[in-house]
Order: sequence, then structure tokens, then C-alpha cells
Amino acid sequence: MEWEVVIGLEIHAQLATKSKIFSGSSTQYGADANTQANIYDLGLPGVLPVFNEEALRMAVKFGLAIDAEIGMKSVFDRKNYFYPDSPKGYQITQLHEPIVGMGHIDIDLGEGKTRRINVTRAHLEEDAGKSVHDGFDGQTGIDLNRCGTPLIEIVSEPELRTSKEASAYFRKIQSIVMYLGICDGNLSQGSMRCDCNVSLRPKGQEELGTRTEIKNVNSFKNVERAIEVEIIRQMDILEDGGSITQETRLFDADKNETRSMRSKEVANDYRYFPDPDLLPVIIDEEYVEAIRATLPELPEQKKARFEAEHGLSAYNAGVLSASREMADYFEMAAEVAGDYKITANWVMGDLSAALNKNEISITDIPVSAKQLGAILKNIKGNDISNDGAKEVFNAIWQGKGSDVDQLIDQLGLKQVSDTSAIEAVVAQVLADNPKLVEGYLNTPEDKRAKAIGPFIGATRKAAKGVNPQVVMEVLKQKLNELG
Amino acid sequence: MHNKTLAQISKDLQAGEYSSIEVTQHFLDRIKNLDGQYNSFITVTDEQALTQAKAADELRAAGNANEWTGVPMAHKDIFCTEGVRTSCGSKMLDKFIAPYNATVVENFNQAGAVSLGKTNMDEFAMGSSSESSFYGPVKNPWNAEHVPGGSSGGSAAAVAARLAPGITATDTGGSIRQPASFCGVTGIKPTYGRVSRFGMVSYASSLDQGGPIARTAEDAAMMLNVMAGFDKKDSTSIERDVPDYRTNLNNSMQGMTIGLPKEYFSADLDPTMAQTIQDAIKEFEKMGATLKEISLPNTNLCVPAYYVIAPSECSANLSRMDGVRFGHRCEDPKNIEDLYKRSRSEGFGDEVQRRIMLGSYALSAGFYDAYYKKAQQVRRLIKNDFVAAFNDVDVIMSPVAPSPAFKFGEKSKDPVSMYLEDTYTLATNLAGLPGMSVPAGMINDLPVGLQLIGNYFDESRLLNCAHQFQNATDWHTKTPTGLK
Repeated sequence: MEWEVVIGLEIHAQLATKSKIFSGSSTQYGADANTQANIYDLGLPGVLPVFNEEALRMAVKFGLAIDAEIGMKSVFDRKNYFYPDSPKGYQITQLHEPIVGMGHIDIDLGEGKTRRINVTRAHLEEDAGKSVHDGFDGQTGIDLNRCGTPLIEIVSEPELRTSKEASAYFRKIQSIVMYLGICDGNLSQGSMRCDCNVSLRPKGQEELGTRTEIKNVNSFKNVERAIEVEIIRQMDILEDGGSITQETRLFDADKNETRSMRSKEVANDYRYFPDPDLLPVIIDEEYVEAIRATLPELPEQKKARFEAEHGLSAYNAGVLSASREMADYFEMAAEVAGDYKITANWVMGDLSAALNKNEISITDIPVSAKQLGAILKNIKGNDISNDGAKEVFNAIWQGKGSDVDQLIDQLGLKQVSDTSAIEAVVAQVLADNPKLVEGYLNTPEDKRAKAIGPFIGATRKAAKGVNPQVVMEVLKQKLNELG
Repeated sequence: MHNKTLAQISKDLQAGEYSSIEVTQHFLDRIKNLDGQYNSFITVTDEQALTQAKAADELRAAGNANEWTGVPMAHKDIFCTEGVRTSCGSKMLDKFIAPYNATVVENFNQAGAVSLGKTNMDEFAMGSSSESSFYGPVKNPWNAEHVPGGSSGGSAAAVAARLAPGITATDTGGSIRQPASFCGVTGIKPTYGRVSRFGMVSYASSLDQGGPIARTAEDAAMMLNVMAGFDKKDSTSIERDVPDYRTNLNNSMQGMTIGLPKEYFSADLDPTMAQTIQDAIKEFEKMGATLKEISLPNTNLCVPAYYVIAPSECSANLSRMDGVRFGHRCEDPKNIEDLYKRSRSEGFGDEVQRRIMLGSYALSAGFYDAYYKKAQQVRRLIKNDFVAAFNDVDVIMSPVAPSPAFKFGEKSKDPVSMYLEDTYTLATNLAGLPGMSVPAGMINDLPVGLQLIGNYFDESRLLNCAHQFQNATDWHTKTPTGLK
């Protein structure tokens, strides 16, 4: 049978607020266990939640960025369950009235192709603490530092059809939250986590199949792998006439398999109800518009502008606008260079290669955008060759200098492009090499392009740093004059 | 000295009649000598009280005293006190010492008051008789065979027994007013949001409200002045100016319209109680108020709505008592589930467990709409009844409870009869209105309170009515037999 894959993602993004969503504790990552947990985070008796409005602003920002309906009234609910890293015995979340309603994003599928995916909702909630099972002699340690960190949970419609689309969706959400500055997008530290809902149905069937949820997948690659192995697992079961159990599963990256996480078949009853310690959050148009005014240019808009204003291809514009840092770097460099195409080629070529090779991100690059711009300006002005530019770039990367013009001088990379000076040198070279000239003149027209090589070499030897293009032109002209 | 009101003690201290140490020591001695009979205190903080009293006397000597400096009082053991056990009447919190003060406690500390200790109560404020405390039942000073009411039975009994001139309390469904009625003292539950709930152990968050129990309306006003106010640590507290609640105490009753809800004076009401309350209300008529029969048509829905909403909220509020970070933990747990189950089964008493189960059931998938959601809709109707009534009247009066204090064990075996104790008091919590109990008569040698219900933030008017009533009557000055 032909199967259709149905995928929906729930992405948790930690909001980059300084303090927690309902307490004044710091949200800084990596501190000693329980040093960032106050009386609220510990769930002590009588201590009440106070909503951090910064989290609200960030959530509204996200809603506006995905063109979503904003909840003018949103309500916090309690989700009841017992777990040691959930000190109150319930998590404060938003069930029926989330801050962000239906919106959409366009995911990039390569070669300039995109697809629109609807986002069902995004709601605010508090993160749980962590249970630490190692190093406590058979007991469990509880670290409540993360407990209460604000999250937005972003829920997609079940519209994704392939693992590639799923990872492209995850990437796009990451790109948006980072553009907005509302999440650091760090997957390895758990700032963003993804739950993948996967189900299969016979092609053409309207009704959805039974789904499984793969919890807490922490990289783009693992999202693809987890979904792929889960599709195969489900397909095998269905092809054999079996049925899928609705359950939560875990992806084991080492074994490349998903496995059931909860032994119990019984679904949890979370007994949701509105949190009576918190008032409904009411906002008005004015509030929303004030936030809209602070929205930065978003990836889609930036991509369109790069194509329209700078004449970049859809592909190049897509790559260069994927991250805000990359886009800012590119634009700054291009402005200094005075040429967007040269800059685009350089950033996507040599610069990206250097980043990959050194395994660093654009934010940590040792060559500033202004420095790269200055280098490229010299290419554009024919003052250095492309190879020369690479030399300067590498020199700055390696810390051998910072002033581009100084480095060009030091490394002797300045090209002579002055035609009259080159003419004199060429004349001398031709005078010094009569045999070569004779050979050239005896070469048939169609093979002369190759025969001009030795003259170029000789000219560049005689005068270092001459612009090879100018040399070529002068040589052609002089030799042609001879015959 | 112990027969003096808060206001008198405050004046005496300012006049230098005696020192804070003297008056504090006097009350500490009384607690020590007499509370064996009443069991109204869970914790007495002698040392801390004397330290505070000493500091108060020094402040006064330096000329920096105000009206609260060195005045002794106490707190219901539901308010967290930094460094002093806060048990909430439960084995669960028997060893819990908060590292913070409730805002109410902090306010009294800031004002310069001296705290004598923490008073007994129904476990987690769930009850109407103070029989469910882990620390044993509180006895009614008027008759030790009778309950003092609850859940603030310790606060009411201690004030009645002159062990402290004023004590904080809380009211979720009548827990200030009903014990005040049973013990012949004065108590007011303010408008929801008027007094901060920060550091007050939550029973039912949308209904809980702190308030004072004292002997007179004037003392209650003096305490409410300290307790009321916006607190940014409690999102449900309301940002609104706090008046001096004593300003209007002497306003005339002339022109005041008193509403008498016919549902509260139905044929079901015990005739003796009906007569006592009618007599009390006549005093207001004599002072120039007019009476008007009103209707609160949804009164019969109060008990069922309350006993869905309060247990639902408590089922989540008490989840944090899980034996993991604080509170009672069972011996040798086999695993986490065993730890939860045994710690909670051992730590919570029957009534608390009953309400947690009730609430968990009401919130369950498939029942939520039929119970919790429906109860919230009913709550809206109850509120609307009052909003409509206050278009026509200034204050509503009724009995506080169906009867005077009942005997130990009389209702504790039958939860529903205990729940019906709250028939007249629940509505104000559900509607969020202020309500008050004022000593208004005696039945079988036991005191009976008159309930005053006011419009939102109209505490001043309730206190004014109560004060005028106390000027005209002497019920509030009656002393339990055997006390001098």
C-alpha cells in the first residue's frame, strides 16, 4: 500500500528573559545546581507566581513574526502531575486561551523552493527542573535552576510530509526566534527542543492514523533521523497488518531507533484548570502595535530585499538571510566593498568554507565585516587579485594584522593596473624575447590564446603585482600590432 | 490588662502606663497558664516576643514609636513566619520553617507589633470546627464541650479567652466569621484582593482572604489598617488606596438601608436563632436605618458550588506537599511513587484527603465541564445576585451560622452536615465580597454572631455598622464564664 506520512512538530523555545517567567531568579545557563532557584521555584507553601511581562512581549513578538492571531486575552492554566523536578505538582501553561493563535511560516526546501506551513498556536509556559540520576548512589538529584524558565511551545499543524520538511520547519523556527532575539536558539544547551508527532495513513485517506510522539529531539539531524526510523517502524507494523499504539517514544541516536518511553498504557489526566493565582492577561491593540514597531526585518523580508535590491539569486538570498548575524555581516561587508555580488560570492564561498573548516560560527569570526569589505573593495578596484584577497583574509584570520591596506602593502599584493607602466614593461619583455615573439607570430590565430601564456609569466616576473587582466590586454594589443 | 482592647493597649503604651515588655509578658503568662484548657496556640514564641517588646520599648524611649509599637498580637498558623514553624495545623508541615514572612506578618513587623505566637486551626484551613488539627482540637472558652468553630478556631478562642487582644485569621468559606460568631468575638473577611495572600498557605486561591479577629470593630479596623494593601508579590491583590478604617466608625446609621435576604431567613432557620438575629437588627432600626427584604435567588447553590471550587483548587495547591523538598516524608520509600503516596497519606488528615480527592475528581477529564466549569458559572450567578442587591441596599445582614457552637464530634462524623455550617458565609467568598461577624446575642449561654455583608471595598461601612452596634449593645464585652 502507498502510505502518506503526517508529521507535526511541537517546539519548545526558552525565552531569553533575564529572570524566570513567574519568579525573579536568573535564567542564566550553566550555574551550580539549585543556585538559581528561589522560594517560588522551590514551590514553598504560600509563595505565589508573578508574571514576568518580558515573556509576554517576546511571545507577542513571535506571534507577529509568524503573522498569527494574537490572544488579546490569554489565560494561564495548571497542568497537574507529580514529578520531582516539578516542585508545585503542576506546571503553569496555557491550554484554551494561548497568547498566540493560528499563524504560518514558509519553509525553505532548497534551490529556492519554499512551502507554507501553518502554525496552530504558541503558548507560554514554565520549564521544569532537571532530575540528575548519576552520581547520587542510586538516588536522584534535583536541580531546579531551569525550573520556571519561560518557554513558548510552538505547535505546527500536521502538515509536514517528510523528515526534510520537518527539519526545514525546525530550522525556520530557529531562524525566526533568533532574528527576534527572543531565544538564543542553542539546541545543544536545550534552549530549543523538539517533539515530533508522526503518523501514517493510506494515501488519499482523510482521517489521520494513530500517532506517536518522539520526545525531546535535540538537533536538526536527529529530527530527520528520528522521523525516518519511526516512519519505517510504523510502516513495518502497518504492512504486517498491525496497529500503532499511541504513545510517547524516545529517540536513541546511538542505536538509531525509537523506543517506548512510558510503560503504562494509561494516558495521564492532567486535570487542567485556570490558575487562580494569576489573572487573565489582557492586552490591547496599542500594546500589540507598540511591539510590532520593534520587530526587526525578518528572514522572508530580508530574502526578498536581497533579491530585489542587491540582485542576488533566490538561492543566495535564502542562504545569506537564514541567520540574522550572517545577513548583517554580509550587508555590512557589501556596503564597505561597494559590491553585493562579489561579497555574496565571497561570503558563501571562501568565508563559509573557512567557518566550516574552523568549526566556528559567524559571530566568532576573526575577520570583521568591515575588514572583509575593505578587502573586497580592493578586488573591485582591481587593486588586488582574488588570490591576493585570500592572502589578506587569511592573514587577518591568523592575527597577523588588522589594517587591510597595510597588509596589502606588507604582503606586496598591490596590483599595477596603470596601462602606460605595463606597456613599458611589455615592450621590454617583447624586446628581450624575440624568439618567443617569432613563435607567437607563427602560431595560427585560433591557438594564440594559449601561446600568450609565456609572455604573461615573463611580464609578471619582470614587474611584480601587475594586474594580469591588464597585462593580457596590453600583450594582445602589442603582439597583434606586430603582426 | 488582658481585658483591654487593642486600642486601649495602644493608648496605654503611648501614655507610658506600662511597657511593651510588661504587657507582652502578661499575655505570655496567660497563654502559659490557661491555654492548656483551650489549645488555641500551636507555637508560642516567648523569646522572640520579648525581643520585639524590648526593641519596641527602646524605640518608644527614643521617641520613635507609633500606635502599633509594642502592641501584642498573634498570627494564625497559616501565615508563614521566617524562622518560626508554620504548620497549618498539619503533620505534613510539622517541621516546616519558612525562610520568609507572609506579607501580612511583615506588615505587622514593620508596624512594630509584637507577635506572641501562632494559633491553632483546622488542618490546611479545611473545616468548621477546628477539630481536624494535627495538634488536637481547640476548645471553646465559653464551654469546653463545644467547638470554637473553624477553621480559625485558635484565633477566635484565644481572643475570647483574652490570650491576645487581636489575632490574624483567614476566611475561605467562613473561617473568620463562623469562629468569631461561636466565640463571641469580632471578625472581618475583607474584599477578595484587599489583603495580600503572599506567604499565606493556599487552600483555595480564588476564595482565600486574610482578615483580623479582635474583640471590637475598632480593633478590627486598627488591624485591617495594617493588613490591607496592594502587594506586587500577589497578582490577585488589588491596587487601590487603603483608607483609615477608623475614619467612618462614628458615622450615623441614619438613612442606611439594610437588606435582609429572604433566603437566609427561611422557615429552615432555627426560630431562636431567627429571633436573636431579628433583635440585633432592630438595634439598627432604632439607630435610624431602614430594613428591606431582598432576594438572593441562587443562595441554595452556594454550598454545592463552593464544595466543587474549593476542593478543586486545593487539590492542586496541596500538590507541592509531596515529601520531596520539605514537609513530612515517609520512612524508606521504595520508589518515587511510594514516596508520594505514603508521605501524603501519612502527612494529611482525613478531611484534607477527602477534599483533595473530591477536587481531583471534579477536575478529571470528562467531568470538568459538569463540575468545575458549571460551578464557576454558578459562581457568576451568585455574584450577580449581590450586585443586583447592592443597587437597593447599603449592607446585608443575616445569621453567620445556623446555630451557636455545636459539640465536639457532633458534625465531624458527617461531612455534609459540617459543610452546611457554611451555608450563610460561603456566598461572600464566592462573590469576593467583604463580610463580618459581630457578637449579637446568646443562645443557651453560647454567643451568636450577626453577619454583615458589604459591597466591594466597603469594609469601612461594615466596620462603621459594627462599631455603632457595639456602642449600642454590650454583647462584645461579655466574658466567657470562669474568666475575669
